[in-house]
Amino acid sequence: MVGPIVTPLLVAPLCLLLPRRGLYPLHLTVSLTGLLAVVALMRAVALEGPLRYAMGGWGAPLGIDLLADGLSLMPLLLTALVMPPLTLYAHDYLDEDGDKQLNFWPLWYLLWCGLNASVLTADIFNVYVTLEVLTLAAVPLVVLSGGVEALRGAIRYLLFALLGSLTYLLGVALLFAAHGTLDMAGLAVRWAGDRLDAVGLALIVVGLLAKGAIFPLHIWLPPAHSAAPAPVSAALSALVVKVAFYLLARLWFWVAEPAAGAGLLLGGLGATAVFYGSLQALRQGRLKLIIAYSTVAQLGYLLLLFPLASGAALTGSLLQMIGHGLAKASLFLAAGNVIHVLGHDRVRDFAGVGRLLPTTWMAVGLSAISLTGLPPSVAFLGKWRLLEASFQQAQWWWVVVLVGGGLLAAAYLFRVLACAFVDDPAYPEVHRLPWSLTWMPLALAALGLLMGLFSAPLEALLLPGSPFAEAP
Amino acid sequence: MTSNSLLPLAAVLIPVVTGSVVFFLDEGRRGLRTVLNLSGAALSLLVVMVMLVGVFQEQAYAFRWPLLAGLELYLEADAFAMLFSPLSSGLWLVTTVYAVGYMEHYRNRRRFFGFFSLCVATTMGVALAGNLLTFFIFYELLTLSTYPLVVHRGDARSLAVGTLYLRYTVGAGAVLLVGLIWIHGLTGTVEFTEGGFLAPFHEHDTSLRIIFFLLVGGFGVKAALVPLHGWLPMAMVAPAPVSALLHAVAVVKAGAFGIVRVVYDVFGVTFAHGLGVTGVLAVWAAVTILYGSLRALAQDDLKRRLAYSTVSQVSYIALGVAIAGPVATLGGVVHLVHQGVTKITLFFCAGNLAETLHIHKISEMDGVGRRLPLTMSAFTLGALGMIGIPPMAGFITKWYLGLGSLEAGQPWVILVLLASTLLNAAYFLPVLHRVWFRPPPHTLPTPAREAPLFLLLPPLITGLLALLTGLFAAAPFTPLEWSVLITEREYPHGYLPGP
Repeated sequence: MVGPIVTPLLVAPLCLLLPRRGLYPLHLTVSLTGLLAVVALMRAVALEGPLRYAMGGWGAPLGIDLLADGLSLMPLLLTALVMPPLTLYAHDYLDEDGDKQLNFWPLWYLLWCGLNASVLTADIFNVYVTLEVLTLAAVPLVVLSGGVEALRGAIRYLLFALLGSLTYLLGVALLFAAHGTLDMAGLAVRWAGDRLDAVGLALIVVGLLAKGAIFPLHIWLPPAHSAAPAPVSAALSALVVKVAFYLLARLWFWVAEPAAGAGLLLGGLGATAVFYGSLQALRQGRLKLIIAYSTVAQLGYLLLLFPLASGAALTGSLLQMIGHGLAKASLFLAAGNVIHVLGHDRVRDFAGVGRLLPTTWMAVGLSAISLTGLPPSVAFLGKWRLLEASFQQAQWWWVVVLVGGGLLAAAYLFRVLACAFVDDPAYPEVHRLPWSLTWMPLALAALGLLMGLFSAPLEALLLPGSPFAEAP
Repeated sequence: MTSNSLLPLAAVLIPVVTGSVVFFLDEGRRGLRTVLNLSGAALSLLVVMVMLVGVFQEQAYAFRWPLLAGLELYLEADAFAMLFSPLSSGLWLVTTVYAVGYMEHYRNRRRFFGFFSLCVATTMGVALAGNLLTFFIFYELLTLSTYPLVVHRGDARSLAVGTLYLRYTVGAGAVLLVGLIWIHGLTGTVEFTEGGFLAPFHEHDTSLRIIFFLLVGGFGVKAALVPLHGWLPMAMVAPAPVSALLHAVAVVKAGAFGIVRVVYDVFGVTFAHGLGVTGVLAVWAAVTILYGSLRALAQDDLKRRLAYSTVSQVSYIALGVAIAGPVATLGGVVHLVHQGVTKITLFFCAGNLAETLHIHKISEMDGVGRRLPLTMSAFTLGALGMIGIPPMAGFITKWYLGLGSLEAGQPWVILVLLASTLLNAAYFLPVLHRVWFRPPPHTLPTPAREAPLFLLLPPLITGLLALLTGLFAAAPFTPLEWSVLITEREYPHGYLPGP
């Protein structure tokens, strides 16, 4: 269980010492440990139920515990699937600039370590630490692309992330003062549900909403995600914001027992995010901004878990998270290719790009299937479960959000996709890119579709230790 | 996993594999691409034929794959599936031959043939779907795989039509999804069952009525029920083989097939009749039949006239289903096949006219029968079939529809049939008159050259099929015989006259 945290942490400083060619074995090592660890953990959890591990032999409340159960395995799996292709892509994408390489890799592996650590830890203070690791790795990565725009985006990101962390920390302090423990399981036992608990939880939730770019605290996301280098945008949109959602779900359902009204409030924010983000995406003229606003919209679906609060909704939101992660990573990489070849990402000037970059555009098409929530993608199954939960609980208004959001997503994505079919003979034949640039976007997008056929075991993983009584 | 469960999967996967390989072949590898396309089409036809014989001998072919707890991807070769899948795989083979000849001068051929194969894969999925979820999955994929074909020319007009097509079909998909989830929420199952599975839930009759119209509305977009038909006449900007696919093999058929499945295998025809929804559907279909024919009459563009004719003809299927009697069912179900072979012939011929003589309008067709005698013979067979002149296939359909409406006590349908036949004659016979009996204008190039072999064979084959399926309708393994088998399974105690 420690592997996915420690390996990238150890590799991070090594990157400073090795020449560029020596990095490849490191990439492969970290990727393989990540994948193997996730597979091993999934097997173990499927056979024995949730696992706890006391670091250094010190159990809670003194030491720090790690926890792997169905819920934490989902973001862990997503990271293990998305980071390796991003890493290979980044390796070739940053080819030209030696300085950038030097700055990039330690931060990148630190980010990877933060991603795995924040979902495995079972201690709310340790969550704060890992969130800071994530922020401090992510912000400089955004600046790496250089330029005023990136700097401005990064500073705004930093501001929001730090405010979020502080609010979160305040909440943690309140809860620690009241209950004398930072361990999640310990807190769950002592949870009183009084006013102090409510304030503590509210602070934590607001902090996480800021980190997770949930409407109306999303305004840092589009500039930061659209200005960063392609692999960084992909990691931020696909993985980093998901951590905040994971933590929200963990604290909301496993630790606290908030009132139904609070869940409805979060759901309302999610619904607003879906419509606001989609409409903004429709209005944007630049591909990366469309993709970034699409993230704002897609994160809204995840919040429907809170008002629906059932096993089906839990499966639904987590599958949606995985589906969105894979598709969004693919889209940002594809946008990277477009900028690499055309030198811009203005959609209006895309005529004939499908001829120039056929494989990349196929990736865009497959990702669009996932983001629109069409079958057979894993996101479709997620949406199905969310719709099912809405019908079960007679909260039919979420159906409008889910179906309407899908239609809007189709609108803003097909606007981009249609450019591929404009027959402009002015372009030469296929532009040759390095193999990782050509194939990684397609691999991620195809994975988003194929995972749909293998979702049943993932759903089964969520059953043991689920806070929801009924089977999904 | 036995071979019986793998065959339905193979029928879907073979075109997927063909399509995926074709995508990554270089544009210049024309020969290899053609071999791949044709062998893929032939192979999947073979698989379907094996299953056809098997189903006749009461063998079961089913493939199940769990998606989530309680949700399955389920492919099953039941009697209905075996009516639709030989039609689409057979016509796919013919259309592939045609497309190879037709697309010779087009650019981006690997993209075209890649999506062409995927389109057929999804149609096979629609045909073999054993539950409503699987049907929906492939139905949505069908939209996605046909869009690139519709916009293939890549000019502003095609792209605008493509957007229109997506608005209609993606919107319909959303409506379907709501209906689908609703059924699943009510009953916990979506599996097709002979005689329907909703009857035990009759206390939810209002919800069920709404669900019925959500589903039929969702399928009605592709089946081009008025007023949901707007995309179909516009979509004729696509290349001719694509029109053939849209009108005869895949898209419109998938919509009509969906309506058939909803009425028979989801609601059950008796239960739907009891809910009072089939009467509405019958009127809806009748209006569409008359409206389509009237609009067809006013078109001078040949492909547009054919498109409105499709609007009208496909609704015969919905009408036959909605009359809710065994004989009418027979007429509606068999029309799935009859309309397919007949309409595809007409579109092939329209394509040949455009390719060889650059004729797009009916007013330019004077005397083309002397220039393209073989093509126009096939066209004539198709046109006569559409009108329903005996012994063409279309006559069989109309005969059973009329008989069925009398049996079900709904004689008004006869009037609709009569009016529609007159209209059909009014918009096809003048064309035939022009083709054969008017002198050709001197502007037509001489000497006359028939279309190349790849373009000529397909319409001849399908034209003859349209004649033979009518002439030998009572022989074993014809569409009519197969429809009798289906109808007998749907109405175990129903009265069926020998065909």
